[in-house]
Amino acid sequence: MRHLRLVKDGTSFDFFKHWKLWLGISAFMIVLAMVSFGVRGLNYGIDFRGGTTIRTESAQPVDVGAYRDAINALGLGDSTISEVFDPTFGPDENVAMVRIAAQDGQEAVTAETVASVEAALQEVAPDIRFVSVESVGPKVSGELIQTAFIAVGLAIAAVLIYIWLRFEWQFAVGAVAALVHDVLLTIGVFSEVGIKFDLAIIAALLTIVGYSLNDTVVVFDRVRENLIKYKKRPLKEVLVVSINETLSRTIMTSLTTLLALFALFALGGDVIRGFVFAMIWGVFVGTYSSIFVASAILLWLGVKRDWSKPEAEGDAKKAAGGASV
Amino acid sequence: MLQIDTWKRVLIWALVVAGLVLAAPNLFYNRVESHNDAVKAIEAQGSTAEREAQASVWPTWLPSDLVNLGLDLRGGAHLLAEVRLSDVYAARMEALWPEVRDVLRDARDEVGTIRLQPSDPGILRVRISNPDGMARALELVRGLAQPVVSLTGAGATDLQVAGDGSDIIVTLSEAEQRATDERTMQQSLEIIRRRIDEVGTREPTIQRQGSDRILIQVPGIGSAAELKEIIGTTAQLTFQPVVGRASSAGESAGVGNEVLPSLNEEGVFYILETAPVVTGEELVDAQPSYDQNGRPAVNFRFNPSGARKFGDYTAENIGSPFAIVLDDEVISAPVIQSHIPGGSGIITGNFDIAESTNLAVLLRAGALPAGMEFLEERTIGPELGQDSIDAGKLATGVAFAAVLIFMFLSYGLFGLFANVALILNIGLIMGILSAIGATLTLPGIAGIVLTVGMAVDANVLIFERIREEIKSARGPARAIELGYSKALSAIVDANITTVITAIILYVMGSGPVRGFAITLGIGIVTSVFTAIWVTRLLIVMWFERRRPKTLEI
Repeated sequence: MRHLRLVKDGTSFDFFKHWKLWLGISAFMIVLAMVSFGVRGLNYGIDFRGGTTIRTESAQPVDVGAYRDAINALGLGDSTISEVFDPTFGPDENVAMVRIAAQDGQEAVTAETVASVEAALQEVAPDIRFVSVESVGPKVSGELIQTAFIAVGLAIAAVLIYIWLRFEWQFAVGAVAALVHDVLLTIGVFSEVGIKFDLAIIAALLTIVGYSLNDTVVVFDRVRENLIKYKKRPLKEVLVVSINETLSRTIMTSLTTLLALFALFALGGDVIRGFVFAMIWGVFVGTYSSIFVASAILLWLGVKRDWSKPEAEGDAKKAAGGASV
Repeated sequence: MLQIDTWKRVLIWALVVAGLVLAAPNLFYNRVESHNDAVKAIEAQGSTAEREAQASVWPTWLPSDLVNLGLDLRGGAHLLAEVRLSDVYAARMEALWPEVRDVLRDARDEVGTIRLQPSDPGILRVRISNPDGMARALELVRGLAQPVVSLTGAGATDLQVAGDGSDIIVTLSEAEQRATDERTMQQSLEIIRRRIDEVGTREPTIQRQGSDRILIQVPGIGSAAELKEIIGTTAQLTFQPVVGRASSAGESAGVGNEVLPSLNEEGVFYILETAPVVTGEELVDAQPSYDQNGRPAVNFRFNPSGARKFGDYTAENIGSPFAIVLDDEVISAPVIQSHIPGGSGIITGNFDIAESTNLAVLLRAGALPAGMEFLEERTIGPELGQDSIDAGKLATGVAFAAVLIFMFLSYGLFGLFANVALILNIGLIMGILSAIGATLTLPGIAGIVLTVGMAVDANVLIFERIREEIKSARGPARAIELGYSKALSAIVDANITTVITAIILYVMGSGPVRGFAITLGIGIVTSVFTAIWVTRLLIVMWFERRRPKTLEI
């Protein structure tokens, strides 16, 4: 039986012919992402800026204008209404999200405010149901965003230290540069597309960090092995060989993960679609960055080649011993 | 060469079987759930034929732990409340005033007349007419201080007393504030737990968060507003001396007094001393009952110290009225007819039976020691939860099938081994989630789906390595052996880094994020186990039977 081979045996693609160009492109993309973030900003969910969201469901088509008029009449300040479309909805499932800004001087949105909004909407669409109502006060949302940034920062710091212990500092810098690249590009995409950025997206961001790292570590592991195996070959060649050797695995794993994620994206419902979108994007940039950012930076920084020196070997053994528990 | 000790084989299969047995109840979710509910009901309220029948739908010798479904899957309400700890300081200072008054009144010759001054809540400000007696007054008030009851505050006393001109200023000391905060939080948690239990709901989560917050999650409840009503009703019962009557709420009552409306009589207001004689905290029991005229009422009983205070007060104040106050409304203000020594009494008002029952429940559960502010409220309707479960199931199934087919196409027989490991992996994740009583949330399902995608990574690493080793023209057994050993360091490094992010997610995250971190973390552990041990065992068993000359991979 012939098995599926996504990467032909003996593939040797010269990934680093234009490595400076790749690094340049990555840097440019980051700048672009940050400009988008600066200009458009993120579409923060109530988790991060406080306020209330009400998810409504009705058999009648959603009339966004009528909903808006009904809510504006209450004078609650900034509010947005958007219809939600999803292939999993039935014909009489018309879903809308209503968002009301945090009210001045109130820690959490009061039951009366929610009740008044619900009553106003009921007048527009008598059969309307409120399938979820969520309020977050400004105090908590401020803390949530702070914790989220700390979490991402901590994850990156922990990884930096781990890779430094297991490999060399150049590897750690390369891996972390790739992580920062992935996180920033993801933020850029979210600000550009305007998908709601909430707590779940932070979870997605950290998973991207984990996935991208997973990928980078597999490549680095092979680089380390080959650096010992081919002591005399230039670093660039060793990197190219290592990436080609692991390419089949990289593609396989990315594909299986993407298969699973696309299933979730298409069928998992609209509640987690943003979250899954972030992860799909993360698999792409994570795979790209382990080759074109992490390894390219490794090439740029150079690596201590003489792994046979006694103290270096001692270091490597110690590190391996420390981690294989 | 390719050998696995018998004890290792047994251990691997034993772990797999244990995981699957633990996961099994989840396949019969509704049946096991009604069994569990019935068992709980039998324990709590005794056995009935109906409950026994319900309990017998699932055999007792099988594990019956289920994965808890999170609010986003089951529907329910989520509240994050901040306890206003300083409320308690204010209540303490209010209650201290009569004691301060009494001790200073006894030394009237030295300190002169005493008067309560208006002040911020949590501060007691008392003016004496003879400032020369300040030293003596301070000494007397300091004498009221008690040692702080806590580990950290040992040696400190609970009051901080200072003089300011002719004013004595009393506040709680810092050590006492810390000890009080701790007690307030414990008490609040306990009371919220009892109130939610009274309503009888399944698997509520009531957790302390940080120094002054409480997270409450109740599945199956209609809305956050309903939940707030259950826990937010203070049912603060106090017995306060009556100073007089007032005609409106705005009437000035004088320092240390307050004006409260009557519960039943429109337009009737009472002027009461703010400091209560006894409070509902000293109640040990409250039961619905009837008064001598057959109207619904509530019987109550005090603990010994409450009974003594109540007894002393009624003995000294025969003929004067006192007020029974519930949540800042006067239920009734009877005149004390005689000394009431036993510490029990009856509250009458225009109650109906439901009201008297409800009042008894609230009194029994006790009052929240401090007010609460709700920082976060979420209601998720059960239908949305069901939609999410259905979508999650479908997506997981499709994702699963796609990955299985893809693995088989890519690696043939070895792909099948990996697929068996993958199926066992999902079983193990569910088994562990059930055993530790973890909660499955929507992002948690996403975590499982992601694990499905990533779990094959370890096997992919190994299989790719075996392919490479075959190319270097080694025998099949040697190739498998080397494939496993050489892929190991990459697998370990890659998974440890993911575990690190899962741990950080768990520690820093809340709610759904935490659910995701748990499934991700467990998924990594089980996937490494199934990928390294289970597939290896399968391959070794296959190899022993077939002894192939070449490997098809």
